[in-house]
Amino acid sequence: MALLDKYASLAAQYRQLEEAGANPFNVPFDEVLSPTEAIISGRKTLLLGTNNYLGLTYDPAVIDAANAATSAMGSGTTGSRIANGSYDSHARLEAALADFYGRKHGLVFSTGYQANLGIISALAGKGDHLLLDADSHASIYDGARLGHAQVTRFRHNSPDDLANRLRRLAGEPGEKIVIVEGIYSMLGDTAPLKEFAAVKREYGAYLVVDEAHSLGVLGATGRGLAELAGIETDADFIVGTFSKSLAGIGGFAVTDIEGADILRVVSRPYMFTASLPPANIAATLAALQQLRARPELRRSLNENALRLYNGLAGLGFELGPEPNPVVSAVMPSAEAAFGFWAALLKAGLYTNVSLPPATPKGLALLRSSVSAAHSSKQIDHAIALFAETGRELGLLNAEMAALK
Amino acid sequence: MTDQANEVREIIFGTLQAALPQARPLSNETHIIEDLGLDSVAVMDFVMEIEDKLDISVPLDKIAEVETLGDLVATVQRLKEAA
Repeated sequence: MALLDKYASLAAQYRQLEEAGANPFNVPFDEVLSPTEAIISGRKTLLLGTNNYLGLTYDPAVIDAANAATSAMGSGTTGSRIANGSYDSHARLEAALADFYGRKHGLVFSTGYQANLGIISALAGKGDHLLLDADSHASIYDGARLGHAQVTRFRHNSPDDLANRLRRLAGEPGEKIVIVEGIYSMLGDTAPLKEFAAVKREYGAYLVVDEAHSLGVLGATGRGLAELAGIETDADFIVGTFSKSLAGIGGFAVTDIEGADILRVVSRPYMFTASLPPANIAATLAALQQLRARPELRRSLNENALRLYNGLAGLGFELGPEPNPVVSAVMPSAEAAFGFWAALLKAGLYTNVSLPPATPKGLALLRSSVSAAHSSKQIDHAIALFAETGRELGLLNAEMAALK
Repeated sequence: MTDQANEVREIIFGTLQAALPQARPLSNETHIIEDLGLDSVAVMDFVMEIEDKLDISVPLDKIAEVETLGDLVATVQRLKEAA
């Protein structure tokens, strides 16, 4: 038996997609023109699946900051902050994030994935208990596996199920740590944070909120769902990413918990990896300034989200429960999702395919995400392409709407 | 087998039978992933129903060790006794 034989059936499916010339998991971008357009397979394509929520990847202030930082400090740090030192800009970005969230401590990680790995694994010691929302992102599950706590998952968005599990743990030694997300990346739904915060208080647990998809999207100042729900004091840690609204790559955590700096020498995903390069740190700082200074970006983003959500709902697609910048249409099967996705791409519209086990309840999803940089004309064009393609494929008909 | 062991086995087999798209023969030797074609998330979702019915929590590392229905019955029974 060969080493990779265990993946044989998956490999066959993957080969099939490659041979059909339409593999949603390996899309070559020939050229990127703007936050909303790229050349894909030689064709100008409207981008509706990049998580570029505020459209800041081409913002002149962001690009200038990145260029200046590269010229001044070089292309990379070539090492980890623990072994090879921190640049002044790392500390400035951490201070800027702490200031934005009104918290004492900020920690920067090299990816959003590592931020969850690093925080969850370090908080969850032996004898502690981690309680994860069932629909949590892979980085949360992986962080839980990297730690030494006992892990259970509660029903998605169910404060009652969380309460049941905390009740079963009552009297057991060890801390109880609850992990939820702001906006869930697959269906764009939000957590009932007020209710979760009440349960957390009742049982004396800690709460970690991952705002990866809600930073810059929700809340009066764009801090995310905890701000919108008015429970920021209950969120002991906020975790987030730079690779969506902040137009770079990296992750962070902010907290008021005393002594949080010790995490820098116990969190392995923080310690044993190279730190972010100067250009990325400078770009993220500049993007954070833009996020804070231009609330109109958030307004445009949410207007676009509502426009796409209403447009697709009007066509009869079954969508997630709330209009947020992630808009996913439920497809009858993985094959239908692949077919729809490929036809849209051919027509000049780039979206995403999401499949189980990455999706909840075994759903096959055709996933879109909108940007503040989209014009309403672009959103309308996308809706028109969904209508046209859906009609051609027989995936947009009275029966499908009636099934809802 | 004790009464409680029988009850746990009945609840697990009954819950699983109801969750499968079509009825199939189940035994202690049935492999949950290989024989029933469930993916990792479907297994965790199915275990949640058992957790509700028996008012226990099954940690994820325990679920990961389970291969057959017999393993699951034994794991759940141990947790129920400890609860």
